[in-house]
Amino acid sequence: MHAAVTVFPGSNCDRDLKVAFEQAGFKVSMVWHKDTELPKGVDVVGVPGGFSFGDYLRCGAIAANAPICKALVAHAERGGYVLGICNGFQVLTETRLLPGALMRNANLKFICKSVDLVVETPDSAFTAGYGRGQVLSIPVAHHDGNYVADEATLDRLEGDNRVAFRYAQDINGAARRIAGVMSENRRVLGLMPHPERAADPAHGSVDGRQMFASLAAGLVAA
Amino acid sequence: MKATVHVMLKNGVLDPQGEAVRHALGSLGFNGVEGVRQGKVIELDLADGTSEADVRQMCEKLLANTVIERYTVELS
Repeated sequence: MHAAVTVFPGSNCDRDLKVAFEQAGFKVSMVWHKDTELPKGVDVVGVPGGFSFGDYLRCGAIAANAPICKALVAHAERGGYVLGICNGFQVLTETRLLPGALMRNANLKFICKSVDLVVETPDSAFTAGYGRGQVLSIPVAHHDGNYVADEATLDRLEGDNRVAFRYAQDINGAARRIAGVMSENRRVLGLMPHPERAADPAHGSVDGRQMFASLAAGLVAA
Repeated sequence: MKATVHVMLKNGVLDPQGEAVRHALGSLGFNGVEGVRQGKVIELDLADGTSEADVRQMCEKLLANTVIERYTVELS
């Protein structure tokens, strides 16, 4: 099992994400934004949190056009797994691998705390280890996590069971309290909360660990 | 030549920053401000011969996120 973690100038959760993948048994390669190819045999690409390119223009917009993201999009189009966390989620919406956009939090505040996150579906490699409706304690740390999409897109996401996670309480104004969404083939997941920061007892919660373990188990079975 | 690109949130997309500015104006005593929308102005210095179509491509690819934003281009 081989995971790649993209690194942009301003990424700051890349090493935490690497550790979380490693704990689940992945070999991890860090890939620089100027690279044009992913290492051979990569099963999953993690796009980490942080402030890629200083959040200039729009969060994730410049990273989404970095050379490595062409390889990332090709990987997703071949049916590869992609996990985008926080700024990584913003990058994935900017590449249009995931629908919608992340806007400034409705209360305009940077929100940094643990939140209750509801698992909406176990039907994906990322969420197979959780139960529907299970409530996880996972940290968020973002200024722009207010998920928006037009009503038709939101209806389609819900109808196709592609909302992976919702906030138990509204924290940032996100449409329908959506915290994470999946691609049509359910292999690209973007979410604002940080499962890699809830993956070790020292973090105070290990509720995020199962996401990496599920993905690993799914790959072994496949 | 120069191009000026205006990027604004689409109608119907709530603008939390614009709302905060509206409240701030109200608390300064400016009554009657019924709405504020905040956007971006991007000025581009371009080589002669760059077409409006080129600038529109720049907007589609990078300068605007057309999921939530609309843009206008002025060449001068």
